[in-house]
Amino acid sequence: MIPEIGHFALILALLLAISQAFFGLAGAARRHAGWMAAGRSAVVGQFVFTALAFGALTYAFVQKDFSVLYVATNSNSELPLFYRVAATWGGHEGSLLLWALSLAGWSVAVTALSASLDAPFRARVIGILGLISIGFLLFMLTTSNPFDRLVPAAADGNDLNPLLQDFALAVHPPILYLGYVGFAVAFAFACATLLEGRLDAAWAKWTRPWTLAAWMFLTVGIALGSWWAYYELGWGGWWFWDPVENASFMPWLAGTALIHSLAVTEKRGLFKSWTLLLAVTAFSLSLLGTFLVRSGVLISVHAFATDPARGIFILGFLTAVIGGALVLYAWRAPGLKSAAGFEITSRESFLLFNNALLVAALGLILLGTLYPLFMDALELGKISVGPPYFELVFLVPMLPLLALLGVGMHAAWKRGLLQSKRRRLMAVAGASLALAVVVGAAAYGALRPLTTIGLALALWVMGASLLELVQRLRGRQGLPGAVLGMVIAHFGLGLATLGVTGVQSFKIEKDVALGVGDAATIAGYEFRLAAMRDVRGPNYIGVEADVLVSRDGRAVTTLKPQKRLYNSGGNPMTEAGIEVGAARDLFAALGDDLGQGRWSLRLQYKPLIRYIWLGALLIALGGGIAALDRRYRRRAEASEPAMVATADASG
Amino acid sequence: MKLPLRFLLPAVAFAALVGFFIVGLQKDPGEIRSPLIGKPAPAFSLESLGDPAWRVGSADFAGRPWLLNVWATWCGGCREEHQTLLAIARENRLPMMGLNWRDDRNLALRWLEQLGNPYVAVAYDPEGRTAIDWGVYGAPETFLIGADGRVLQKQIGPITPEIWQRDFVPHLQAAGGEG
Repeated sequence: MIPEIGHFALILALLLAISQAFFGLAGAARRHAGWMAAGRSAVVGQFVFTALAFGALTYAFVQKDFSVLYVATNSNSELPLFYRVAATWGGHEGSLLLWALSLAGWSVAVTALSASLDAPFRARVIGILGLISIGFLLFMLTTSNPFDRLVPAAADGNDLNPLLQDFALAVHPPILYLGYVGFAVAFAFACATLLEGRLDAAWAKWTRPWTLAAWMFLTVGIALGSWWAYYELGWGGWWFWDPVENASFMPWLAGTALIHSLAVTEKRGLFKSWTLLLAVTAFSLSLLGTFLVRSGVLISVHAFATDPARGIFILGFLTAVIGGALVLYAWRAPGLKSAAGFEITSRESFLLFNNALLVAALGLILLGTLYPLFMDALELGKISVGPPYFELVFLVPMLPLLALLGVGMHAAWKRGLLQSKRRRLMAVAGASLALAVVVGAAAYGALRPLTTIGLALALWVMGASLLELVQRLRGRQGLPGAVLGMVIAHFGLGLATLGVTGVQSFKIEKDVALGVGDAATIAGYEFRLAAMRDVRGPNYIGVEADVLVSRDGRAVTTLKPQKRLYNSGGNPMTEAGIEVGAARDLFAALGDDLGQGRWSLRLQYKPLIRYIWLGALLIALGGGIAALDRRYRRRAEASEPAMVATADASG
Repeated sequence: MKLPLRFLLPAVAFAALVGFFIVGLQKDPGEIRSPLIGKPAPAFSLESLGDPAWRVGSADFAGRPWLLNVWATWCGGCREEHQTLLAIARENRLPMMGLNWRDDRNLALRWLEQLGNPYVAVAYDPEGRTAIDWGVYGAPETFLIGADGRVLQKQIGPITPEIWQRDFVPHLQAAGGEG
């Protein structure tokens, strides 16, 4: 009964989404206050019924209702409660429901917090969000209904993919989706602006906090995914340039470009049409990511649901949403003129470089992700683009980006860089380079060019961020949330760069075959396989090793890597044993049983790897702080288009 | 108002992309398309992984059946199948050549040192040209080439002892490739 209520709630949510879109857009066109109000009420109703459907599905999982096909496919009776709840979004149908719920949530938030916008604009934004909701709800109801019954009911379920039975991966999709879907808000603002042919840049100010919030969630989501891959896949890598990873990274790059170009559009009224295009692009890439992951167009280890019929639907939807927005852009954007001069060392030009470099990186990654598809479509054979390509094309734009970032942060709008700042920045740059050479040579006994550049850039970005912070605290300008957020995010980027440089330059990996009692040494640490034992979990059996790690005869830690066989079958899963440290991680993963009591073990020494994720969290934190800047909450001011021209010193 | 064309570019680029997706969706990614089977194996001659001065190629084993295994250190499936490859090499039925694909020479050599070397020779293909000739779309892939130089069998993805027994060994027995 409960699943039928869920199904019915989903149908009602679709009907409400249709009225949300109709009353929003038609109400704005006819300037009919009643219709526009009806559109707003429909948003709330749509959210309530989508949430009800989601609750019904979760309930079916908690109650182990194996008469529901989706529940029987994605859980079983031995699965612990936490993972049964997480299994709600562990498969295709449930992830779509989560997508729809997330979109409905953002729509309610936008509706609630946009009372200061002029009514027709607000109604159009709501209407466009409604159109997107229709697409997703229709997709679910026609091709991927999570409430389909299984007759006769299964005695027990199939189990959740064991790879997904993990804390980080259980919370990863909701956060990632909040990011993906959040870009829909910026998209809706951009489309409403184009529809109205607005000439002012006030929409940039309204869009900024929403974009920052979505970008923050996406950052956390990507970091969680990377952390998960590190300890769960058993290879010790933290990024694989897998198509599914790229699918989340490309909207992030577009979103990063967008939050920077929004700043220019808001403060100086420049780059208007470019910013609109970026807003459309960021959400388009989110949809494209969904399409790539769900359709089976590209093969990937992560794509756990593939079905061509669904692919056709998503492609049609994609074409309607993105194609429609781009045609709208081609029609309206030429009318947007922005004429204002700025100097070559002004903040505007640095943000222009930022955008050019980020979009270059984005374009090259998109090309690499889709290249196999192009080749296949042109009958040139199926090929695969490996990490060497992605690493190269990502590094080339990133190095100048980091170098310019330190200066750009300190540049003033319109004018050039102040003489006094120039001297201080030179000092920071010199100190970073010197420190990079000393640290690179002393700590690791090597002076490789790329390592030195990486270290120097990391220190430079962190140093320049701290300099900005110190000057702000000393000066009379104060420290608004937007600036504090920027400083923290940039510092985090420097920290992440430090981590990437450290781990890529100085990591040591060794695959060894050890019997109980044998030892192997890497980076001065001795790893001794002390014991092997059988373990039993709630829904798996496995073996666990005791790996005693010591340095110069002193015990450091005991790693306990596991190899698990889940009762539901499938490949054995590795659970790496990791000792976390500020300077390095020590990593041991259990490989195959080689017979005669010998096991293959993968031992790794990963210097500074923690800083990659710590940096990413700081980046997200910075985004969050900037999104909460008081400036965005001053409602009365928000609707004054005149503030575009005010030269704001607060950044 | 005249429509400036540059604003139309994003829409046009997107339309082209949709075209590719439509073609891409017609193709079943799970289907093993192996137009090479039954056809002569593409010829190649590449640097040896271990010694750049030495060349290895498809002519090295002419007149007898041989295996070509495409691998790279960045490929997880290759690590998975490595023990099977070592076991096949120990059977000593036919020579196995490695094609090291889009990889770093030092990393690849270290891999062989650490995990063991099942290959009689390894061709080094950092740019992936030869792999394209062979229609490789992902590592690992394994080809069985008969004594007449024709491709007899192709495995996409990691090879396991079961796949080896089921798909490859019958060809060897039929072709009288024992010893």
